[in-house]
Amino acid sequence: MVTPSTNARRAGPATGSRSFLSRLRDGDEVARLLTLLFAAAVVLITVAIVYQLWADSALSRHKFGWKFFFSSVWDPVFDQFGALPFIYGTLVTSAVGLCLAVPLGLGAAIFLSELAPPKVSDTLTFFIDLLAAVPSVIYGLLGVFLLVPLMRENIQPFLKAALGFLPLFSGPAYGLGFLTAGIVLAVMILPFIISVSREVLLSVPREQREAALALGSTRWESAWKVVVPFARTGIFGSIFLALARALGETMAVTMVIGNTPKIAASLFAPGYSIAAVIANEFTEATGDLYLHALIELGLVLFLLTFILNGLARLLILLTERRGAEVRA
Amino acid sequence: MTVTSNSALSFNFAPVPGAAGRAPAAELSLRMSLAKVNFFYGSKQTLFDINLGIAAGRITSLIGPSGCGKSTLLRTLNRMYETLSHARLTGEILLDGANILAQDVTQLRRRVGMVFQRPNPFPKSIFENVAYGPRINGTSKDLSEIVEASLRRAALWDEVKNHLHKSAYELSGGQQQRLCIARALAVEPEVLLLDEPCSALDPISTAKIEELLVQLKETCTIVIVTHNMQQAARVSDFTAFLLNGALVEFSPTPQLFTTPADPRTEAYITGRFG
Repeated sequence: MVTPSTNARRAGPATGSRSFLSRLRDGDEVARLLTLLFAAAVVLITVAIVYQLWADSALSRHKFGWKFFFSSVWDPVFDQFGALPFIYGTLVTSAVGLCLAVPLGLGAAIFLSELAPPKVSDTLTFFIDLLAAVPSVIYGLLGVFLLVPLMRENIQPFLKAALGFLPLFSGPAYGLGFLTAGIVLAVMILPFIISVSREVLLSVPREQREAALALGSTRWESAWKVVVPFARTGIFGSIFLALARALGETMAVTMVIGNTPKIAASLFAPGYSIAAVIANEFTEATGDLYLHALIELGLVLFLLTFILNGLARLLILLTERRGAEVRA
Repeated sequence: MTVTSNSALSFNFAPVPGAAGRAPAAELSLRMSLAKVNFFYGSKQTLFDINLGIAAGRITSLIGPSGCGKSTLLRTLNRMYETLSHARLTGEILLDGANILAQDVTQLRRRVGMVFQRPNPFPKSIFENVAYGPRINGTSKDLSEIVEASLRRAALWDEVKNHLHKSAYELSGGQQQRLCIARALAVEPEVLLLDEPCSALDPISTAKIEELLVQLKETCTIVIVTHNMQQAARVSDFTAFLLNGALVEFSPTPQLFTTPADPRTEAYITGRFG
């Protein structure tokens, strides 16, 4: 996960001047070893997870090899397993979720940090943080009982009428599907984006706002042209935190995505995500190969998160460099 | 021309003839004037009945101990106090005869620029920092000309002309502060407010900025807040001494520092408090 990094550099231990034992007595060395242990634990846990996923997916890896990533057949009866529809479903629902949640979330964060009176901002932030604490099964239930009928009877027919010439918005309106799952994800990740972005925006030095205002900026110009660019790295951080949650979200997505391992161009079509298929089929995976294929899907999800976070860091590095040497 | 804070007429000093130790009165006109300005932060009053005139094309310095209200007073001149909630101002502040409290605040701030205590460049290139103001104001002129002219006026051009597209954060503190002055000048303000602009700088950078201010007053009216009395004595034409939110004395600088009229001013400038 990309969060604003806290690279507090540890002052180098004063080796030579004092013995290990005297430093141990002071507690410095104890604190160093203890915190080192905690930090190392994080790495160890990650390595252990990857190892376990790798080891327990051996059968599937050997049988399908790279084909696992490119095959869209998922047939437990004939022991044929391919991950493509699940990868597709995971990426599409997360993308829809981000496309909806980022503008909304950023807009709300700018309002809360720059424009709203402090009392209003604090009250709203309390409710937003509450929203982040709602269990995902609740979002799933709301999705099934409120959103799905609404999508089927109102929103999807409307989109079809307005934008039906795009393949994205064509096909029969089932209610369940990529779009519905994406909307539920958007609602679920919105509080993360708002809450973290607001904190990041609030931490922008007051002097930056004043500099902009003193040059005759309106409050909006100060917010959009100075404060947001200053906070860019942290805002990206909030977005990728949200993306990580969207990629791995299981319960709510399972309830509204339609659970059909198919790739379709239309967002109205039902699909499947990696997390959803693991949750749904793990208990009924009777054969060893079936089980190993599901575990390999877990490995794929892990890699996907890993790659997307790597790309995110790269993006941040690139924009930072561009910020340093912008051309007129 | 020595005034006390309670004299309602004190701000209206321009026509007063024959004050000793300064340029002939005929040359002086008022760019800004404050009349009976009171400032409240919540229920606490921090400025009391301030009457003050800011002479055009001169440097006016505001001095006084910490918490005397000199920065607050400066921030009334471009209404920067409005960024604080619970802030309230009464009285009248005129810029070229028009009440600034009734004007559009963004227009006002284009005419009354400000430089802050700590250098606060944007995390953009040197060029983009200076171009920011003209850009948001939608200037029709050539941006690179404005940028060059502003950097020249801020005496920074020769040091940065070969790396205008480097980050402003790569400059030294003193250079950053001159960049902030250039950024403020790019909007071509009539008045430039400086809030302790040298307090975070070394003596050499401070000397450069002081020299720069003296050059700038030919084209710009300057008001500077400083906690450094020597600085006020070196650069300014007029000095106002504030204490506990009230204007104690306002005189031509040489007069205030050599023959202060108020015993409190004398106590402060001789270092007995503050």
